[in-house]
Amino acid sequence: MGFPHTPHERETLVLSQHFGVQEAIGLEGWRKRGGYAALEKALRMEPAEIVAIVKESGLRGRGGAGFPTGVKWSFMKPGDGKPHYLCCNADESEPGTFKDREIMRWTPHSLVEGCAIGAYAIGAAVAYVYIRGEYTEALDKMNAACKEAYAAGILGTNAMGTGKTVHVYVHKGAGAYICGEETALMNSLEGRRGNPRIKPPFPAVSGLFGQPTTINNVETLVAVPHILNNGADWYTKFGRPENPKSTGTKLFSVCGNIQKPGNYEVAMGFPFKDFLYDLCGGPLKGRNFKAIIPGGISVPIQTREEAENSPMDYEGFVANGTMLGSGGVIVIDDAQNLVKQIARAARFFAHESCAQCTQCREGTAWTTKILERIVAGDGTHEDLDTLLDIGEQMTGKTICVLSDSCATPVASGLAKFRGDFEALIKRKKVYMVPAQVA
Amino acid sequence: MSNGPMSTTKKEMGDTRAPGDAPHGLHEHVPHSPVFAGARRRELDELLTRYPTKMAVLLPALWMVQEERGWVSAEAMAEVAELLDLTPAYVKGVVSFYTMYHQHPVAKHFIQVCTTSPCNVCGAEDVVKALLKHTGCEELGVQSPDGRYQVIEVECLGACGFTTPLMINEKFIESVTPDTVPELLATLN
Repeated sequence: MGFPHTPHERETLVLSQHFGVQEAIGLEGWRKRGGYAALEKALRMEPAEIVAIVKESGLRGRGGAGFPTGVKWSFMKPGDGKPHYLCCNADESEPGTFKDREIMRWTPHSLVEGCAIGAYAIGAAVAYVYIRGEYTEALDKMNAACKEAYAAGILGTNAMGTGKTVHVYVHKGAGAYICGEETALMNSLEGRRGNPRIKPPFPAVSGLFGQPTTINNVETLVAVPHILNNGADWYTKFGRPENPKSTGTKLFSVCGNIQKPGNYEVAMGFPFKDFLYDLCGGPLKGRNFKAIIPGGISVPIQTREEAENSPMDYEGFVANGTMLGSGGVIVIDDAQNLVKQIARAARFFAHESCAQCTQCREGTAWTTKILERIVAGDGTHEDLDTLLDIGEQMTGKTICVLSDSCATPVASGLAKFRGDFEALIKRKKVYMVPAQVA
Repeated sequence: MSNGPMSTTKKEMGDTRAPGDAPHGLHEHVPHSPVFAGARRRELDELLTRYPTKMAVLLPALWMVQEERGWVSAEAMAEVAELLDLTPAYVKGVVSFYTMYHQHPVAKHFIQVCTTSPCNVCGAEDVVKALLKHTGCEELGVQSPDGRYQVIEVECLGACGFTTPLMINEKFIESVTPDTVPELLATLN
C-alpha cells in the first residue's frame, strides 16, 4: 500500500493488514485482532513441532539471503545444556528497504509475538531485538510493546501461565550498516565494534556470547504467528504453482522515481510489471523507468525489460538478472544520471565498510573515487576496465559480503548501461588546448 | 587542559575530525560529574540483568551518556569503562566505530539528512542546500554562526519511501522538501 495506508485490491494483506490502524499498536487492540493466540498455542506445543510446521510452510529468510527458516531453526538443538539465543535483526539499513520499520511502528506486538515463538522453538529463553538507532519511533513502539507484554504476563518467567521462560529485550544500535550482517550484529550486541566474524563457526554453533544462536529478520519472525494460526498449507498456497520454492507473502518497499512509493504486500510470484505500473502507479509524468533495483542496493541492477519480465519471487528475480534481496525496490528513471547514482551507492559502501578486509576497505574507496571522477567528466576508458578489475578482486574474497555488494551495482551497471558511462567519458574535459599551427 | 586528552592528541596529529564533529575550541573544560548516579544507575543495573556479560551493556550505557550530556566525552568513556570492567581505550574504540555517538559537542539542533541513492534520485541534495541556506551554516558539518544549527549528510536512514527523511537530534522527520525547510526550522526553538 502506498502512503497514507490505502491498500490496493491486488495486494495480499497478511503482515500489513493493520498498518495505519492506530488501535492495533497497543496490546488491547492487538489482542482484539487475534494477537498472541499463536504464542499461546506455541507454548503448549513441543519446539520440534513448531520447527516442523515452519519448515513445511516453506518460509524463507526475508532479510536478503532467503535461507529456509525452518531449516535454520532445526540447527539449534534444544536440551544441549547450553543457553540459546534468538536475535531479531531489525537493523534494516539496506538502502531502499523500509518494511521492518513499518512493521514495528504499526504492529510492534506482532514482532514481540514472533520473537517469543521463535525463541521458544529454538530452545532460547531470551530474544534480543537489535533495532538500528535511527529508528526512534520503532524503538519507542517496541519498548512500549515489550513493557505491555511483561505487565500482561505474556513475557517473563511464566509466559502466558505456562511456566515457560521467554524474554524479549530491545537493543538499540548506534549507526552502522554493517551491523545488519548477522555476525557483526552479534559483536555489536556484545558491546564490541561491529566487525563481521569469520564463518565457520556458524552462529548455530557459536554465536552470541559464544552460544548457539539464530538470527532472523523482522519480517520472517512476524510471518510465523500467521503460519501457526492458519497452518503451513495455507502459507504454501501463496505463490506461483510452478515454483514451490517461494511461498507466502512478501512486503516490498518501493522508492525512487515512481508515482506511489510505499510498502506493498503481495503473494510471491506477483508479476513485477503489474506491480510497478498498476499498484505503484507507474513512472512520473513524462518520464520512463530506466533502471530498477528490486532487492535493496546490493543486488544487480535490472533494465526495464528485465524488470517487466520478472515474477516477484526468489527464483523469478534470479532468472531475470538480479535477486529478491530484502525487497527494497529502487526505481531510477530516465531523468537521472545513472552513473552518478551508482557512484553514490559506492560512496555508501565506502562509508559503511568496517575496514577489516583490505579488498573491501581499499576497493570500496577506489571504486568511489574512480566513479566520482567519471561523473565529474574526468574519466577515461581505462577506468572502466579498472572498475571491473577492482570489482573482481572485491568479490568472494572477504569475511562478509559488503565488499561484493559494492561491486555488484558497478558490474551490473557496466554490463547493462555501459553507454551511460561512455557518454560521460566522451564529454571529457579538455584541459590543454594544442598550440595552433601557423 | 582545555581539551580532553584524546582531542589534544588528535590535534597534535593533525585534524582528523569527522565532518559532524564540533571544532576543538568548543571543548570547555567542565569537571566531570558522574552520569550513572541515581535513576540512571538503577537503569544501568536493570540492564545488566538482561545480558550474561557486562560488556553487552556498553552500547546502551553510551546512549544514556549521550542522552544526559548530548555527547560522549573522554571522561564519560572512562566512567563507563570503570563500571563495565573495560579499559577507556576499548570504550573509545567502540564509540569511534558507530556514527551516532558524538565525540564532540554538537549544535543545539543537529540535523542529519539522508542523501543515499534512493533519496538522491528524489532530490535530497536540494534539501541539503535549502537547509544550509536557511540555517546560515556555511558548509556541511560546520555549526551556524549562532551555534544553533549543524547540518550533516548521512547514509540511508531507512525511510526511502518518504523522501527526504532527516533527523533533528532524536526526532525523525519524513518527506522534507526544499519548500518545507523554512517551516520545519520555524518549529525548532
